[in-house]
Amino acid sequence: MNIIVCVKQVLDPEIPPAKFKIDPATKKVIPPPGVPPVISVFDERAVEAACRLKDKQGGKITVISLGAAQAAEVVKHTIAMGTDEGFVLQDEAFEDLDSFGIAYVLGKAIEKIGAYDLVLCGRQSADWGNGQVGSILAEIMGIPVVTLACDIEAADKKLKVKRIVKDGYEVLEAPMPSLITASSELGLPRLPAGMRIMIAARTQVPVWKAADIGAQGPELDKAKAHTEVTGLSVPSRKTECEMISGDSPGQAAENLAAKLAKLL
Amino acid sequence: MDNKGVLVCGEIVEGKLAPITIELLGVGRKLADELGEDLSALLMGGKAGGLGQEAIAYGADKVYIAEDSLLDSYNSDAYTQMAADLCQKELPSIVLLGHTDIGCDLAPRLNGRLGGGLAMDCLELSLDSAKMLVSTRPVFGGNAHATMVSKTARPQMATLRPKTVPPAKRDDSRKGEVIPVEGKLDPAALKVKVVERIKEEVEGVKLEDAEVVVSGGRGIGSAQSFEMLRELASVLGGAVGATRPACDEGWAPMTLQIGQTGKVVSPKLYIAVGLSGAIQHIGGCLGSKYIVAINNDKEANIFNVAHFGIVADYKEVLPALTAKFKELLSA
Ligand SMILES: Cc1cc2nc3c(=O)[nH]c(=O)nc-3n(C[C@H](O)[C@H](O)[C@H](O)COP(=O)(O)OP(=O)(O)OC[C@H]3O[C@@H](n4cnc5c(N)ncnc54)[C@H](O)[C@@H]3O)c2cc1C
Repeated sequence: MNIIVCVKQVLDPEIPPAKFKIDPATKKVIPPPGVPPVISVFDERAVEAACRLKDKQGGKITVISLGAAQAAEVVKHTIAMGTDEGFVLQDEAFEDLDSFGIAYVLGKAIEKIGAYDLVLCGRQSADWGNGQVGSILAEIMGIPVVTLACDIEAADKKLKVKRIVKDGYEVLEAPMPSLITASSELGLPRLPAGMRIMIAARTQVPVWKAADIGAQGPELDKAKAHTEVTGLSVPSRKTECEMISGDSPGQAAENLAAKLAKLL
Repeated sequence: MDNKGVLVCGEIVEGKLAPITIELLGVGRKLADELGEDLSALLMGGKAGGLGQEAIAYGADKVYIAEDSLLDSYNSDAYTQMAADLCQKELPSIVLLGHTDIGCDLAPRLNGRLGGGLAMDCLELSLDSAKMLVSTRPVFGGNAHATMVSKTARPQMATLRPKTVPPAKRDDSRKGEVIPVEGKLDPAALKVKVVERIKEEVEGVKLEDAEVVVSGGRGIGSAQSFEMLRELASVLGGAVGATRPACDEGWAPMTLQIGQTGKVVSPKLYIAVGLSGAIQHIGGCLGSKYIVAINNDKEANIFNVAHFGIVADYKEVLPALTAKFKELLSA
């Protein structure tokens, strides 16, 4: 089974809110110094889903990451988890792409990779969180899509997918090839271990430029122009917190209950 | 640009217009009036026909009814095909959906097929001076808000987060047109088969409807200790919620996750226990009237958004809190 996983490198989403800074003029986030970027959480779970499928039926997992040259680090992280090879898609022309632009470039890279039975993406990125790339990519490639997967099985050229909904889940059957987006309910990703870490460390991750995958010219320009960010701001939400005390935590609890009972 | 008008992709829940659809009709009406254009709605499903007049009462000028039985419950391929066909024929300038199970799946696919510009999970929708749709949405987990526009791509699309705007006012004297959608779905184009749907019912009050939510995080430590939260919730007639790590650990069912990628709740009282208040979590509870934090780390971010707090081990707080509430509420 040939699986392609799309992963994104993001600013660590779990930095304390106090460290989160933006430049409203350029509408960009200023990365806090000394905090290394990480693989986007849902993409990591997509990689985990791919590794589980490979554990069961064998196959090959190829990872692509569109971003800066440093995105090689997240590709290596996935290799340490169990993927087989990866490519970084980096080009000046790829800067500031919107969801359509990203999906277009990923589609071109997938065309170049060739045969695949399954494409996996995260449900949304941990930074801009647009939640569209997987679905647009599937539409561009003309393959079926199942979003928000929490479990994937493959048998007889078919994919059985459990998909999260508000009050439970659905079980769907999709043909191969299809695109599936992974949700966190898939479960925790494996930790890289042993030999795999060494293999990953030795891996050279090739960089594909716009020309290498034919993602350029008017086609790229057209793909880019769907949405534009016109403003970025940090909402102020400081609340005055009244600390409730007492001689003991139990006493504080009673004081709190008395206070709340009046408000409710 | 030939695109004109605002289209709301409606949802039907238990034979009625979903609350989010009524909210969207309110926003859609405002936008359509500002543009001087029509507001239309698309309703899909075997029972959609009976709701046409209702959508008109809530503000629609035109209601498209797609009554195919293949649309009775959500099917991604079928809904995408039906909605895309209608959009390609009617060429709306703006298409609005709910940020719901259906909207989250349908909107990006529809956008992929139509080549528009989409903003997801919007908190606010308005028009700029050039009468283009401006969508405001949380980004970076809620650390920031971004505004987005589509300068040239059409339709301009957005999913709106439920309960961010008031529902449209009903006016049964309003007049409009109910239009059956012609053209059938091609069953062969439905590539993904729905095998089954499993409901994981949680006992007691539904999280989204609860007036009180008692939420636990990684600090709770075990599935067993979550019982303490359930007791407090039941005394208050409320529901239990959880952070992602608590769900990951299996201490609480996944359907109870609150936050950016879980449920959004806005109860009167939100009691956050043993959770740090990560931005992606509090995005799901900031609409609460009162937030109470119980955490043994006084630096925890949850105290920055809480109205009341106790710095202590929750195990020493909850039993007394539950007992006192029991006493006060029975008096
Ligand atoms: C893209 C993205 C989406 C996400 N979506 C969500 C989401 O929807 N919902 C969500 O919840 N998270 C989400 N997360 C995860 C989120 O970033 C945090 O990791 C998570 O919310 C932290 O959970 P927590 O507060 O339970 O755990 P922690 O951050 O580990 O906090 C545990 C807290 O418990 C306190 N504590 C420990 N012991 C005790 C005790 N005995 N008594 C009192 N207090 C104690 C500690 O002081 C600490 O503050 C998302 C993350 C990303 C990147």
